[in-house]
Amino acid sequence: MSRLAPIVRREFSAYFNTPLAAVFLVMFLFLTGIFTFNVGQLYERGQADLRPFFDFNPWLFLFLAPAISMRLWAEERRIGTIELVTTLPISIRDLVVGKWLAAWAFACVALVLTLPIWLTVEYLGEPDRGAILGGYVGSALMAGAFLAIGSALSAVTKNQVVAFVLCAVVCFLLLMAGYPVVLDFLGGWASPGVAEAVASVSLLTHFEPMERGVIDLRDVLFFAAVVAAFLWLNILLIEWKKAD
Amino acid sequence: MEAAIAAQGLRKRFGSFDAVQGIDLTVKRGEVLGFLGPHGAGKSTTMRMITGFLAPTAGGVRICDTDMLSEPLKAKAHMGYLPEGAPCYPDMTVAEFLGFIGAVRGFDGPERARRVEAAVERTNLHGVFHQPIETLSKGFKRRVGLAQAILHDPPVLIMDEPTDGLDPNQKHQVRELIRTMAKNKAIVLSTHILEEVEAVCTRAVIINRGTIVFDGTPQALDAKAPASIARNRLDHVFRTLTTADTESRR
Ligand SMILES: Nc1ncnc2c1ncn2[C@@H]1O[C@H](COP(=O)(O)OP(=O)(O)O)[C@@H](O)[C@H]1O
Ligand SMILES: [Mg+2]
Repeated sequence: MSRLAPIVRREFSAYFNTPLAAVFLVMFLFLTGIFTFNVGQLYERGQADLRPFFDFNPWLFLFLAPAISMRLWAEERRIGTIELVTTLPISIRDLVVGKWLAAWAFACVALVLTLPIWLTVEYLGEPDRGAILGGYVGSALMAGAFLAIGSALSAVTKNQVVAFVLCAVVCFLLLMAGYPVVLDFLGGWASPGVAEAVASVSLLTHFEPMERGVIDLRDVLFFAAVVAAFLWLNILLIEWKKAD
Repeated sequence: MEAAIAAQGLRKRFGSFDAVQGIDLTVKRGEVLGFLGPHGAGKSTTMRMITGFLAPTAGGVRICDTDMLSEPLKAKAHMGYLPEGAPCYPDMTVAEFLGFIGAVRGFDGPERARRVEAAVERTNLHGVFHQPIETLSKGFKRRVGLAQAILHDPPVLIMDEPTDGLDPNQKHQVRELIRTMAKNKAIVLSTHILEEVEAVCTRAVIINRGTIVFDGTPQALDAKAPASIARNRLDHVFRTLTTADTESRR
């Protein structure tokens, strides 16, 4: 019998018991507004779409995701409750998956709260709804991948700040790997195969088609594989290091 | 029926340091075992292996006929555990926390409410039921930890220093609680307070540097002190058992 539900419920409500996550959520929404309207010139572009929003979205998740995930295991280790939960009749796999699901649900709440931006472009014109929906699916998958990475990395430390930084750095590298600057740089001296390989592990490479409304099963599977790999790493890290 | 707790040849090595070096322990229902020893003797490490938190370097543990290593979830279901320092989630209220533990232990609806109510009743937590745990005093926090451990009325109860840091009244309450549960459970509690053994335990096990140096009734422990000593007799025996060994090893 799976006992995921109580874990998900507890972890999700923990985000609302402490002000920190709410502060980050508000900052995320505020910055989303600034980047979409001021920096991204949503109105001035004269196009009814959400390109500016989705272009900045991964970069905003780069700080929201570590803020959501840093707590997951680091805090459990710091206050010693890891000894309590891992001696309850629940598997470490269920604990890891339950925590990640709760974090992902919180990230999805953040995304849902950006829906007024969609409504704005609906009001302004006739946007390509497929592209917007695809963008949202891509953002949610990207957030899920970031959070799996963050959850695994929060298992190596008792310090939430360390967990935050580790997650932000790893996610940053995985994003940057898909940027033309990096690929051009690599293309200058590395073999094309290397540049291609680097691009293919970049989350951005798999996000961009969705932003244009193209949901390719392979891209979805890529994100699912990233989540699965890091949650698996997370389970191993807890099994190895829970008592340190 | 086999013993409620059966630990065999338990060893734990941290790097090059042998924290626990071969401990055999069987505890039956109705026994209250006081696990004694100086700081760093390996009490917590042993209990962490018995509860499945730490994997032993060698040896095995069975809880109510279930092997901890091969069927950990089933073994853990038979067991309540109060880790050292009684860690709880500070952001939750007592009600939320106990409800959460009940849910993870597989209780739903009215059954869960009934279990939580019974545990709260036993540990006297009614007054703070809706208070966040972080606002509670040390004594209350400890009782929340105890309530969590007894929620499912387990046949095996393991408590790491349940009275450490409590004032005399709080200690008394915890001991009373242990006594009321002693009849049909196998209870192991660690302590470095010797009076605790006389107050609640039916059996005393002293460990030093990871090995058992005494296993017997509190009376037998007392009898080891020379008749000439009138006061703090257990202290005397404890010192003899745990320091003589240290000297001989050096
Ligand atoms: N995770 C660990 N890594 C390394 N050494 C440890 C670890 N846990 C405990 N120890 C060491 O093992 C010894 C026994 O510790 P412990 O079981 O906590 O003792 P007690 O509970 O009897 O005070 C101590 O010397 C302690 O420093
Ligand atoms: Mg200890």
